[in-house]
Amino acid sequence: MIKLSKTDILIAGVGGQGTILTGRIIAALAIAEGLDVKTAETHGMAQRGGSVITHVRIGEKVYSPLIPLADGDYLLSFEKLEALRWLPYLSPRGTVIVNTQELEPLPVLTGQTEYSTGILEEIESKAARLIAADALSIDPVSKNARMVNTFLLGILAQTMDFDKKKWLDVMEQTIKAKLVDINKQAFEAGWQFALKSG
Amino acid sequence: MNAKRLIMTGNEAIARGAYEGGVTVGTAYPGTPSTEILENLALYEEVDCNWSPNEKTALEVAIGASMEGARVLAAMKHVGVNVAADPLLTLSYTGVGGGLVLVSADDPGMHSSQNEQDNRHYARFAKIPLLEPSDSQEAKDYVIAALEISEKFDTPVILRSTTRISHSRSTVIPGERKEHEVKGFKKNPAKYVMLPGFARLRHPLVEERLLALQEEAEKSPLNRIEQGSKEIGIVCSGVAYQYAREALPEASFLKLGFSHPLPKRKVREFAAMVEQIIVIEELDPFFEEQLLAMHLDVPVRGKELFGLLGELGAEIIREKILDQKVEPITVRDEIPGRPPVMCPGCSHRGVFYTLKKLKLNVMGDIGCYTLGALPPLESIDSCICMGASIGLALGMAKAKHDSAENTVAVIGDSTFLHSGITPLLDAVYNKAPITVMILDNSTTAMTGHQQHPGTGISLQGEPTPRVDLESLCSALGVKRVAEIDAFDLKELRGTIKDELEAKEPSVIIVRRPCVFLQSTFEAPPYVDREACTGCGTCIKLGCPALSLKEEKAKINNTICTSCGLCEQLCRFDAIKPAEEKAGDKIV
Repeated sequence: MIKLSKTDILIAGVGGQGTILTGRIIAALAIAEGLDVKTAETHGMAQRGGSVITHVRIGEKVYSPLIPLADGDYLLSFEKLEALRWLPYLSPRGTVIVNTQELEPLPVLTGQTEYSTGILEEIESKAARLIAADALSIDPVSKNARMVNTFLLGILAQTMDFDKKKWLDVMEQTIKAKLVDINKQAFEAGWQFALKSG
Repeated sequence: MNAKRLIMTGNEAIARGAYEGGVTVGTAYPGTPSTEILENLALYEEVDCNWSPNEKTALEVAIGASMEGARVLAAMKHVGVNVAADPLLTLSYTGVGGGLVLVSADDPGMHSSQNEQDNRHYARFAKIPLLEPSDSQEAKDYVIAALEISEKFDTPVILRSTTRISHSRSTVIPGERKEHEVKGFKKNPAKYVMLPGFARLRHPLVEERLLALQEEAEKSPLNRIEQGSKEIGIVCSGVAYQYAREALPEASFLKLGFSHPLPKRKVREFAAMVEQIIVIEELDPFFEEQLLAMHLDVPVRGKELFGLLGELGAEIIREKILDQKVEPITVRDEIPGRPPVMCPGCSHRGVFYTLKKLKLNVMGDIGCYTLGALPPLESIDSCICMGASIGLALGMAKAKHDSAENTVAVIGDSTFLHSGITPLLDAVYNKAPITVMILDNSTTAMTGHQQHPGTGISLQGEPTPRVDLESLCSALGVKRVAEIDAFDLKELRGTIKDELEAKEPSVIIVRRPCVFLQSTFEAPPYVDREACTGCGTCIKLGCPALSLKEEKAKINNTICTSCGLCEQLCRFDAIKPAEEKAGDKIV
């Protein structure tokens, strides 16, 4: 549950996966709730398929836009390996929400190295809580892979303290009109997934 | 809480500040982390915005508009200011008409840059004021303050952002636009014609202005003391203030927003309140050296704690000042890296594959194609600055060693128009038999697909005359100009070999639009697993859509764009176009 003083959310992924949009929705929600918020994003060269991270910090008053090492309350990862990479930024009391999809980085594709095994086990043993979802197998993400971000957002939202309706309102204001409905479905699917994960 | 609060990136806020401040002209050349400033400013119909071919031109256009009396903002990345430094240093002498703000977006940590120079030095160098916002609200407000300082003191003003200001979002309370009347140009040779005789009369005014600006900085609300414990006094600016404020809630702060010229009396006032001063600033000891030169009564430290490299953060400040070390979760050492890569379907891939196969020395340039330096293509041998590829190849030819014969310069279309034309002219004029490849993907790709003079479309998306690269090269005197398809490996190889043998300058224009500009693609090819020997030749393309699984090539259908390079490379005819497929897909 959200700490009143400050909540730090890391959104990790691969350039082009939509971590920035997810950060924008969370930030818009914080504003709607009358809280202070700051984000820090990855643009430019790293966006070309590289490892990217968006920092989102919510609280009564936020100074640094960057989440310090070991300070994150949530690590929302769009890809499995990226969850492991950014784990040191999570507080040992923090929650990892991960899409278990594997996107092989180029050194793996070209056979220089192998994709890490046992990632979820390692995260589970080190983070206070892990919610792992194979988002691409769950409707509507199974029909539209671009909905991964709002699906994961639905999981995050369910574990936080804000009113569900507020999230949906904010999505309406942040997302392009023709994509609002399917994003809301994905959000709901994520919300339900989180409920089932306890 | 105020319902009017918006959330904006620093770049959006800078654009908003320019709008509210009555700016009517905006200029820029794209460059991370500055690009979105002009893109956002262009959304306000009151502001006439244009992409210039380079930063020098952008600043010159801004100067002209200012001389007409318009308020104007020019935006560029830190290294862009180097390109614009020539007009900037003399602009300091002429001063302005309408308020002129130069935004320098620096990149500590080099997220997307070739160096991490500290552009605060430019303010000292040019003897002009420097403002450093620490969040989006200040980014907006400081643009307005900068316009006013610019007009009041007849000076250009540098507003320095950094990646963590430009690409961070925070709350902003927007204000109304205040229109600024454009009064037109008034002839004034003694002010604007910097002949030596006139410039000698202007220089003393620059020095007097600097003293007056220091007085202004002394009383400016942008420089403030936040009194806390007297044990530690922090002097800082920009995003470093936010890091320090979070790490050291008890400390006293001198937060510098109007940071050059340094308000020295304010510094002394602050020094009298604390037992020691710690300067927290990213990169160079810009404040620290000035404070040390003041011989304050309290000790001053900074770089001995924080070093000269990269970005800061709250954790390093806690560690160095409070001796508080965090113990983060440790993970295994071996995590495969995920470097940025050329996209599937990138028009540059075949070029660098071919250059590697030909074992050439490749003088590279700035753009997405600089990724051709990374494995597995590993075929770029230099990257210095915009346009450098051609000058470097020319210099190699002049050094007259045999290796120069195996050298090509590789430059993108936007980069060529930015600063590749002049060195190509140099090569023609000085009869250097260099081979230049212009990789024309019809956009400024790396920074997010901006238009440029070679695309025939303006910033606003309107049609505009398009420069024809072939005619341009011919007009410079290049006799050998070839145009080839970036996806034709045979033609690439043949043309490069032919042009290397030529005894005069030659240009190969390699064409294919950036894959991002295309929205529909042909069905991906498939791998005939019987025919595939698992030799791995196709994998050497470094395409994210290709991998070797169970000793057979595998194509990732969801990201393949059917560029056809892997089909051309396969000696066993194992990669076949979609229409040849019989039965179920094997991939």
